[in-house]
Amino acid sequence: MPVTVFYDAKSRTVLAELSGDIDHCSAKDMRMPIDEEIMKRLPKQLILDFENVSFMDSSGIGLIIGRYKLMNDLGGDLIAVNPKPDVKKLMELAGVQRLCKLIYRKRRSLIGGMKL
Amino acid sequence: MKTKERILNRMTLRFPSLSENERFARLAVSGFISSLDPALDELSEIKTAVSEAVTNCIVHAYRDTVGEIRLEVRLLEGCRIYISVKDSGCGISDVKQARQPLFTTAPDEERAGLGFAIMESFSDKLRVSSKPARGTTVTMLRTLRTRKPADGKDS
Ligand SMILES: Nc1ncnc2c1ncn2[C@@H]1O[C@H](COP(=O)(O)OP(=O)(O)O)[C@@H](O)[C@H]1O
Ligand SMILES: [Mg+2]
Repeated sequence: MPVTVFYDAKSRTVLAELSGDIDHCSAKDMRMPIDEEIMKRLPKQLILDFENVSFMDSSGIGLIIGRYKLMNDLGGDLIAVNPKPDVKKLMELAGVQRLCKLIYRKRRSLIGGMKL
Repeated sequence: MKTKERILNRMTLRFPSLSENERFARLAVSGFISSLDPALDELSEIKTAVSEAVTNCIVHAYRDTVGEIRLEVRLLEGCRIYISVKDSGCGISDVKQARQPLFTTAPDEERAGLGFAIMESFSDKLRVSSKPARGTTVTMLRTLRTRKPADGKDS
């Protein structure tokens, strides 16, 4: 599975763990499960976890921007966590930090056992 | 793009513009240049640039159709890598505009308009030549700060 989605009701957070390569081919399959969960839950924040993403090109930037717009429409926030150095470099080159919070270190969570 | 360096090794691939070939293309390039022992960050940048070029053929050049993509890699003297990605698709009418960061003709498909900007920053030289209705060739040159020269001599 290229994406696994969780929801924490207490913090109204959707967590999407992405894995593998994110390119134009795989991004198509990642969008739908994330957006379905968002539309079902109307969360306050969306966390995209890049820990298991081994490669990403500008299709991944498109994926982030698209989810940012969706969360922005809902009045919620987007957080991107745990990118590997190469993925992080691409995110910074694209200026993703202007759209969402980028967190590079994994932290033990606060929210219902989910890692943040 | 003309290069004056001697060609030490080269490969050419032709494949149809199917989305699953994005991964194949970058793995093929990665495998071919592995004899140069590139650093991991260099390898990742080259894979990203190849992915952008090949994706553009699939998404833009052969929109609503499947056509042939021709990928050529040359290993040149001095640890230089030449990569060219060629399609015979729709072409680009205004290359200068297309190369602007954030410019995209497919915003509703979540294209970020950053493909050319990424190719540019991950190569030393990027050339785009295109003719509407004839196709596009993207050529990239990149010198590795490699440990092991391609001509086999130790540095
Ligand atoms: N091989 C190609 N054939 C036709 N048009 C292309 C090609 N490559 C790029 N383009 C055009 O240039 C624009 C910018 O490309 P790029 O920077 O990769 O952004 P994106 O792919 O996200 O749109 C594309 O939207 C498209 O109009
Ligand atoms: Mg592109």
